[in-house]
Amino acid sequence: MWDYTEKVLELFYNPKNQGTIDALDEPGTAVVFGEVGSIACGDALRLHLKIDIAADRILDARFQTFGCTSAIASSSALTELIKGLTLDEALRVTNREIAEFLGGLPEAKMHCSVMGQEALEAAIYKYRGIELEAHDEDEGTLVCSCFGISENRIRRVIIENNLTEVEQVTSYVKAGGGCGSCLVGIEDILASVQQEKAATSKRLQTELATASQRPLTPIQKINRIQQVLDEVRPMLMADGGDVELYDVNGDVVQVILKGACGSCASSTATLKGAIETRLKEEVLPSLVVEAV
Amino acid sequence: MTVIYLDNNATTCIDPEVLQAMLPYLTQFYGNPSSMHSFGGQVGKAVQQARAQVAALLGAEDTEIVFTSCGTEGNNAAIRAALAAQPDRRHIITTAVEHPAILNVCKQLEKQGYSVTYLSVDSQGQIELMELEAALTGNTALVTTMYANNETGVIFPVEQIGLRAKDVGALFHVDAVQAVGKVPIDLKSSSIDLLTLSGHKLHAPKGIGALYIRRGVRFRPLLLGGHQERGRRAGTENVPGLIALGKAAELARLHLPQVKQEKQLRDRLEQGLLRTIADTQVNGHPTLRLPNTTNIGFKYIEGEAILLSLNQYGICASSGSACTSGSLEPSHVLRAMGLPYTILHGSIRFSLSRFTTEAEVDQVLAVMPGIVERLRALSPFNSDQADWLQDRQAAMAVAP
Repeated sequence: MWDYTEKVLELFYNPKNQGTIDALDEPGTAVVFGEVGSIACGDALRLHLKIDIAADRILDARFQTFGCTSAIASSSALTELIKGLTLDEALRVTNREIAEFLGGLPEAKMHCSVMGQEALEAAIYKYRGIELEAHDEDEGTLVCSCFGISENRIRRVIIENNLTEVEQVTSYVKAGGGCGSCLVGIEDILASVQQEKAATSKRLQTELATASQRPLTPIQKINRIQQVLDEVRPMLMADGGDVELYDVNGDVVQVILKGACGSCASSTATLKGAIETRLKEEVLPSLVVEAV
Repeated sequence: MTVIYLDNNATTCIDPEVLQAMLPYLTQFYGNPSSMHSFGGQVGKAVQQARAQVAALLGAEDTEIVFTSCGTEGNNAAIRAALAAQPDRRHIITTAVEHPAILNVCKQLEKQGYSVTYLSVDSQGQIELMELEAALTGNTALVTTMYANNETGVIFPVEQIGLRAKDVGALFHVDAVQAVGKVPIDLKSSSIDLLTLSGHKLHAPKGIGALYIRRGVRFRPLLLGGHQERGRRAGTENVPGLIALGKAAELARLHLPQVKQEKQLRDRLEQGLLRTIADTQVNGHPTLRLPNTTNIGFKYIEGEAILLSLNQYGICASSGSACTSGSLEPSHVLRAMGLPYTILHGSIRFSLSRFTTEAEVDQVLAVMPGIVERLRALSPFNSDQADWLQDRQAAMAVAP
């Protein structure tokens, strides 16, 4: 028997926000839904959002879930977490927060929380008119053919949840849980993510050591900004976008955002924030990013 | 909360009479049956009596019964022995719906150079004898099938299978863990060479089983050591366990004539659920089935959620859904039957015992419609026509 927390059982037996939201033509609001999973996979979630158009804010969230106890509880938790958030805030909700809201999930059930986060993204992208295909992580090489999981998606879940074992990847996105023929492939992806992480932290350490001795010259600053942008670029490209350094003017880093991400004002804001955070952490705390 | 235990194919309660029979062997009669003194010798006599009780249930001779630790050991020992006895034959035939204690042994044997044929089953979980006939060759060392399936209760035509195995000189092993005590078995007039049973499925405790080895079948032991079980299974006997198994076998034999009452309750449950809940179906052959088992698919909802809901009422059942299998894939048995995913994930097995009462069945009938209704209200699916259902059905072709 699964070791569910009281919170999981409470939300399973008495779920909050179940059902659909009717599109009532209420002025100033929009209704949209996003879905992930399928009956073949054994779990599926359709998330309905009512959005205040002017404020870009989630007024109401409801769910319909086909799945086990923790899938239903995770869906309900998601709706509780995102009600009242702006869409940008909601996009920053991670599967980990959903799991934490529930007081934790058994590791083998973590994919239920991932499903919640994916449905949320699907709904918001749909509302913003971003082609789902452009954002579809499943665009990358297919790794697990049993559950249709791409390399990009596996990479992302490894990075976001700090995974180190193949079994964890299976628990989070199901990859490798069918015939098992891709387990070796998942191991390779884990190894490559870990190598990248190790390389980055080593480089940062050396650079920090040098930086502490002398202030950065403009050339060093630009080089390191460029390096950080190069690091985030693959993630943007997986989502159909791209970023290019335009100019550095004192502490103002001017970037050009391209592709699906650039076409949409609010996702640009999110992106700008994310890049800025990394630049502040890895180059100089005083940097600000400006999209041009 | 009182427990309503309808998961007897998973394990059973120990019959109070069985417990009474075994208790003295956990306390005062602790002698080793192999000892020369009479303190141990009296235990040896009890072991012989237990062996006779198990033999009587199967219509076998005492010397044909070897006590084991569990069904898994029996299956492993039987397969290894059958292959060792015919080293020049390198082919095994089994079915796609066997217990892992057979399938995983066969998979390992494939790596060791054996070829294995996994017979398919139809949508009712039944094998086709023609397919068996086509697979049998002079190279076939062993045919191993279950007597009855643990998930669906579907009973295989074992005598027919055995006769065909005989035609090519292959040995025939039957995993009868689910069948013993539920259907009459008479091995005297049978084509079965080796048969596995497990104590905890028939109201004896866990940790004891038995393997029937037809007289004249060459046997190679799995465990080497002392001379216990006439050299066929070394290791000091689990005396309390086998005394319990003996008593349980005797009780099972006495209860066999009343098994139709169990079947009546099973039918009451099954028909009641089908009548009161729409979009349900029985998985498995309608008649060639164990009298105590029903496996029902509740469409559009997921099995684990049903089990947790039943759990609230103290009702114990099991499911073949992916979320309960521990492997992310739904039951290999139901998939081998080619059932649609709407059924696969929402399948629930209720397995009764001679201790099941009509009141318990009626309690399930009372709460189940509400549980299904609640979960269906949560589900985004509600009909086979829903377009969302069709996606990836084809891509996720049923695994072998």
